[in-house]
Parts: sequence; C-alpha cells; structure tokens
Amino acid sequence: MRKQLCDALVLRAPRPEMVFLTGDLGFMALEPLQDAMQERFINAGVAEQNMVSVAAAMAREGLEAWVYSIAPFCYARPFEQIRNDVAFHNLPVKLIGNGGGYAYGVMGPTHHAIEDYGVLLTLPNMRAFIPVFDEDLDATIDRAGTVPNPAYVRLGRGEIPPGYAVPAYAPWRQLVHGGGRTVIAAGPIAGTYLSAFLSLPERLRPNFWVVCELPLEHNPMPAALLEQIRSAGSLCVIEEHVRRGGLGSEIALFMASQGIAPAAFHHFHARAHHFPTYGSQTFLRGQSGLDVETVLAVIGKE
Amino acid sequence: MHFESGVGHIGGNLSCLDALLILHHEYIGASERFILSKGHSAGALYVALWSRGLVSDAQLAQFHRDDTLLAGHPPAAGLPGIRFATGSLGHGLSLAAGTALALKLKRETGMVYCLTSDGEWQEGATWEALIFAAHHRLHNLTILVDHNNLQGFGRTADVASMSPLGVKLGGFDVALQTVDGHDPEAIRAALEVPGNTCRVIVLETRKGHGVSFMQDRMEWHYLPLNEQDYRRALLEIEAQ
Repeated sequence: MRKQLCDALVLRAPRPEMVFLTGDLGFMALEPLQDAMQERFINAGVAEQNMVSVAAAMAREGLEAWVYSIAPFCYARPFEQIRNDVAFHNLPVKLIGNGGGYAYGVMGPTHHAIEDYGVLLTLPNMRAFIPVFDEDLDATIDRAGTVPNPAYVRLGRGEIPPGYAVPAYAPWRQLVHGGGRTVIAAGPIAGTYLSAFLSLPERLRPNFWVVCELPLEHNPMPAALLEQIRSAGSLCVIEEHVRRGGLGSEIALFMASQGIAPAAFHHFHARAHHFPTYGSQTFLRGQSGLDVETVLAVIGKE
Repeated sequence: MHFESGVGHIGGNLSCLDALLILHHEYIGASERFILSKGHSAGALYVALWSRGLVSDAQLAQFHRDDTLLAGHPPAAGLPGIRFATGSLGHGLSLAAGTALALKLKRETGMVYCLTSDGEWQEGATWEALIFAAHHRLHNLTILVDHNNLQGFGRTADVASMSPLGVKLGGFDVALQTVDGHDPEAIRAALEVPGNTCRVIVLETRKGHGVSFMQDRMEWHYLPLNEQDYRRALLEIEAQ
C-alpha cells in the first residue's frame, strides 16, 4: 500500500498547512512526496519519540502533521509521546504505521505490529483507520486527514483474488452475501478469504463484512449486520491482532451494549510473539490459525 | 501555596523562579511561546502567570486541590500561557523544537523558550530533541537548563553524572552560555545575545534558593512545608 499511500499524500500535499515527518523510512517509496512537499517533508531521523512530540507541537501551531514509520516504531516506541503530547491535547496528528500485523513477518518479532490499534485505542480521542484494499488509500487518507482528532493508519499489503471488483470505500462493507455464518474481519487479511468464501455453497457462504474504522463509538455496527448476527445466532471475528483489546473485544462490548448475545462467538486472532521460529506473513498467519484452511474449518461447517 | 496545599517540589520551583519571572515579565509577549519541560516546577510557573494577571487569586488558591486547573504539573488545557501538559520529563524540548520549526515554516517570528531541569538530560529523548534542534538550526529556540545539581533521590553527579553538562550540550551546533541563574542581570544579558542557531543557557542555580534550610538540600525536591518551616521561610524571604 506504500505506493498508494504516497499517491494519496501527494494529492493532499498542495495544502500549505500539511507537514510530513518520517523516521528515516520511505526509501524507494516516498520520494515523490518529498519532491512535492520540499521543506514540509521532514526526515526526523531515527528518533521516533522526538518525531511524535515535534508533530504534536506542529499540530498545536495549526499545521496538519503526518508521522510515518514502520508500525511498531510508530506506536510502541513513542507511546508516551502519543499519549501525553498528542492524545491528551486532542491534537490532530496522523500516525501512519507501515507493515501492520505480521507484514514484516520474517524480519523478526521487533517488526511485528499485532497490538497496535488495540493499544492506541485505549487513548482518549484516538481513531484508527485500517484500509483493506490498495484502492482504499485515497479515502483513508482523506478521512484520517479530516477528523479533528489523533488518528492511526495501519497499512498492510492489499490482497485480492484475480478479477475481484473492489467495492467503493466505506467504514463498513459487506463483501460476501450468503446464508451461512456472520463474519467480520479487519484489514487486508480479509482479502485472503474472499475466493474461499465466495466458492462455498449459498447455505454455508457467510455474510462477510470488513470494518475499516475504529472505535465503534464513531463507527457503529450497521443495523443489517446486527440483524444478521441475531438471525444466525453466531459470529466470527478475524483480525491480525492479539486477542486482548482488539476488534473482537470491541465487537463483543458493542453487542453487549445492544443486548445482542450470539450463542457462538469465534475469534481468530494473532497469537502474540510465542512462536519459536519466524517466517513470512503467510507463515505466521498460519501459525496463528488465521490461514484460509483453519478459518474454513469453522466457517464452512454445517 | 505549597504550604497551604501541603505539597512538595518546592526546591526545584525556587531554583528556577528567578528565570521564570524574568522571562514572563520581560521576554514573553504575544508572539513568544514558553514550554516548561520540568513540569514539576508548575508552582513557579503558576506564580509567574499569576504575577502577570493570567492566573487569578482564586485559581492560585485552588493549587493542587480537587476540581482545580492548577494541578501539580501543568494542565493540558484551560490556562493561558500553558501550551502542553508536561510532567513526564524529556518531552518539553521536543515540543519546543516542533513549535519553533512550525513557526519557521509559517514564516512567523517569535522566540520559543523551553526550561528543562538538569536531571532531565538523563532522558534519552532530550538528546533526540537537541540533535533535531541543532540540525534544523532553530535560531528561534532558547533552551534554559535549571542546573541545580540535585535530583529526586540524590545529587545529579552521584546518580548519573553528566558533568560537565555544558560541555556535552556545547558539543552540538548550538550557542551555549552559562550564567548565574539567580543574577537577574546575568540572565537578561544571556537572553539578549542573538544566535543564528538554537541557544542553550545553562542557569547555575541552587535548589531551594532563598531559604537557608532548603538551599542545596536534596530532600526539598519532594518535602512539603510544615507550619514552623513555612513561618521561618517567610521571615527569611521578607528579610531579603
């Protein structure tokens, strides 16, 4: 999604109030943005704590500050700066974390970002944007840039089956219609299930939704989705994020507040940093039971 | 107010009070910005703002009490003259550098002043900020260091010495000065020296300055005043 990110930011670059800070990342990707923004493109060096506080101060001065790094260096290293300097003041700093989930899988555990939006959404005023498809980036950047609050954009690698027509961006989208279970996913991992779900017979084919914006207090679950959950009596949530504090918890709390209690609730999630070996994103998804076969064993069952 | 509220941090408030009063009365106008990186000296900042009429008597009387804006460290919003909630050390200098760079990008004038403690330079983020400020030649940034040589649980030289701190700071591309932080004329003279890069003024100060039994005593980093100490301190200060 980096190319699409760069294109979307270049579109926005004519805004004189926009500044972009990178933690020394973006080689072979963000050069067009650097060219477009000139002095407003700032390589803040390998110093993420400083970079986030600098961005907070720039936002306090009325500038639209975007901060970019590999995801864990964007939210974990400078967490206190995000909390104290950005969130406590409700400053509209936009944090972009590249490589959400296990995208940097074989690079090792320091590069995994599997507790990012959960951790950040504990902070006041914070919004999270999780584009699913490469085609979502223009809308994602526009929406993240427009909210008057701190925001985190989790980038991944868009994955769609050949010939799939990506539906227009919306905070909630139903990607598959069927008569089977109800499934909700977050992020590009949703694309990995599309072929399998679409090939199921209608009675097993799930009603499959993706959500791109959290928390749900700003993006409530659609009525049609809630009705499907009531009708099916079960729900599966899939996310490349640890169990605690992620989408599963968010959905469960939202449903509880609405008096909805499906008899079955299945949560597919990243299984933390517990593996003895490392590998690609696909490998680590498999280790976590997020692979298509494992998910189908539940979703595709009578 | 510390006595009435039963709170401490008096020593580090007294060490920087002279500089804070000079800054707020003589140097900080509508175009300037001030960031208190050593947020535990909020009391001294509130007094400086009160003496300029930016904090009311009633607000000051609520210091450190329930439902107050005047918390033990600067609040996130609600008080003119305070731009950021500080109190976790090592944040203020980055905030000041970001403010200074933003003003440059906006083609606005005005100096950004940032007051740090000396122990605070043990925080790695302060060095990240100094690298950034020096690299961007933020001539509109003035960093003041309250060099009182004492921190929360010992003398700075004994805890994690950076001595001589000025040499370390001066190793960057900054305009460094060291002055007596309790000599108003010396402070003013340092603030008048222009620079084409960021200015660093090390204020040689004494913790608990002005009260004999507090001066240069580590325990007054945290201790509150009892009534006897309070009366004695008042007599001493009035006699000066």
